[in-house]
Amino acid sequence: MGWIVLKLEKRPSPSVFWSRATPVLAVALTMVAGGLMFAILGKNPFEAIRTIFWDPLFGEFAWYLRGQLLVKAGPLVLIAIGLSLGFRAGIWNIGAEGQYIMGAICGAAVGLAAYPTESRLIFPAMVIAGALGGWAWAMIPAILKTRFNTNEILVSLMLVYVAQTVLAMASTGFLRNPEGAGFPGSRNFSGYPAAANPELIAGSGLHWGGVAALAAVVAAYVLLQRHILGFQIKLSGQAPRAARFAGVSPQKLTVLCMGIAGALAGLAGLFEVTGPAGQISIDFNVGYGFTAIIVAFLGRLNPVGILLAGLLMALTYIGGEMAATNLGLPSAAIQAFQGMLLFFLLACDLLTNYRVRPVFKEAR
Amino acid sequence: MFGGIDPGLLIASLMVASVPILFAAVGELVVEKAGVLNLGVEGMMIMGAVTGFITAVQTGSPALGFAGGALGGAVLSLLFAVLTQVMQANQVASGLALTLFGLGLSSLLGQGLFGIKPPLTPDVPFGPLADIPFIGTVLFSHDPLVYLSVLAVAGVWAVLSFTRAGLVLRAVGESHDAAHALGYKVRRIRVLAILFGGAMAGLGGAYVSLVRVPQWTDGITAGAGWIALAIVVFASWKPWRALLGAWLFGGITVLQLNLQAAGSRIPVEYLSMSPYLITILVLVIMSSGRGRAALSAPASLGQNFHAAR
Repeated sequence: MGWIVLKLEKRPSPSVFWSRATPVLAVALTMVAGGLMFAILGKNPFEAIRTIFWDPLFGEFAWYLRGQLLVKAGPLVLIAIGLSLGFRAGIWNIGAEGQYIMGAICGAAVGLAAYPTESRLIFPAMVIAGALGGWAWAMIPAILKTRFNTNEILVSLMLVYVAQTVLAMASTGFLRNPEGAGFPGSRNFSGYPAAANPELIAGSGLHWGGVAALAAVVAAYVLLQRHILGFQIKLSGQAPRAARFAGVSPQKLTVLCMGIAGALAGLAGLFEVTGPAGQISIDFNVGYGFTAIIVAFLGRLNPVGILLAGLLMALTYIGGEMAATNLGLPSAAIQAFQGMLLFFLLACDLLTNYRVRPVFKEAR
Repeated sequence: MFGGIDPGLLIASLMVASVPILFAAVGELVVEKAGVLNLGVEGMMIMGAVTGFITAVQTGSPALGFAGGALGGAVLSLLFAVLTQVMQANQVASGLALTLFGLGLSSLLGQGLFGIKPPLTPDVPFGPLADIPFIGTVLFSHDPLVYLSVLAVAGVWAVLSFTRAGLVLRAVGESHDAAHALGYKVRRIRVLAILFGGAMAGLGGAYVSLVRVPQWTDGITAGAGWIALAIVVFASWKPWRALLGAWLFGGITVLQLNLQAAGSRIPVEYLSMSPYLITILVLVIMSSGRGRAALSAPASLGQNFHAAR
């Protein structure tokens, strides 16, 4: 007597086929497992999956919802591109949510300080301030890591909680609308054209944030494929010792990767607060900084992949909202659904790095 | 500045405030000693908070509630164990996934729990001992979980320092290849350590929703799991120092709450961000100076083990 066991053999190099196929497989598995979850919640799983993945694109209200796709995908892609550079180099910035908030606050503060001046220069100044705000917030964990060897995961995450308190201070205190009858929240940027970030093409959902996200995808692609810095980032992640022998300074790389990620997250925050959100308020942030981590992994830390993953994740946000209103699906279900997607992706990654081989084992 | 704050009550309440992070930190300490970095503590805690809350409300028994919390945390940690030990997934990414998933699932399970009061967890009856001034307040006026958390520290310390099982666990964490060569089941030991860590985090989470708050709100743990991770670094992977760290942290939390209530001149926002800022400060102090924290970390921490044969 004997039995068949599955044996793992490490591949000499990751399989190209499986690294492309695993995200698709993971999405399919998530749909199955998510359907089960929806069934347990007492909803029709097929209807729920259709509402989330099909209706926003081809359903009755698709003309409106397709625009929302770019609104939601823009910040996700922008943040995820920045994170992916660090993740590739083994630098784990998971506090993008905080950098996003600080970017929004700094950028908005510049705009609000100039109110009600009308000048073409105001919006560009706000963009720069937003990027600087996110960059500065990311520099805290970066400098602490390079100077004091502090764990960047924990520090960047702690700073998210600090940023949320600063946001509460801003919206109830130093950035509060003086004409807002004491309600929390800043002036609304939609009433201040020089600082607003409107839709560029009516109905498309594309605002400057979407343009910046596309530019970031292209820039990251060129950086990783054609630039020495991209090579150094990849090398540091795969072989840190070899990278050091090749003269790559881990300190410089940490500061650089964290800085880029922070600046991009800050930009995303600024475009959100001047566009779709409209104003600084206590809860204008909806967790894009954390969802972007899923987007970065789902996109295989590859710029083009991240673009596709960002669109898919935006779809689950919109579909999730649809399912919440039409089917009464709890809105938390979609968050669990997104987490599940990351689980399946990480599990399926086994196929990229290992060969699974059935082996006949003799009974002892 | 400290006007109107009774030191005895302050110490008693800091012990209570530190229980959730102490449980989670001791659990994570064992996991990291086995060479596994589980960043999903926050997710496991909040799962424990919601499952513990549901169990306690359904059965009316706080004891069963805590058991349910531990079970909830352990079940979620099993997912992490499968991902990292069977599927060979990256531990950092898997831990983050665990937290994101746990936060989503907990608020899904917590639908319709708002406004419910859980059954009260009674204090251990010490009789007249509790009436001794100061000492009675500090030592003899707590619920069983406060004592259990200190016992857990003592137990983990004793097992890690004096038993064969503890030695094997540490060997697996320091050099999994050597441990494997000696014939120890590296992956089985690590899975057991992960489950223990999950159960402890779940217990800590249940303490938040059943005693500390006590009710259910989304995101109830508010970063306690991440602070527990920081405390493990602060403790240089030593159990008694984790106790010290948790109590220090509990002290800061209680102090800032008391200052808020006492109407201190420091704005509320600065007080409520202080625990996080102080955690960062502590991390900096512990990590700098010839990389001391890095030296005491288990040598195989965060590395996956794959036996070639």
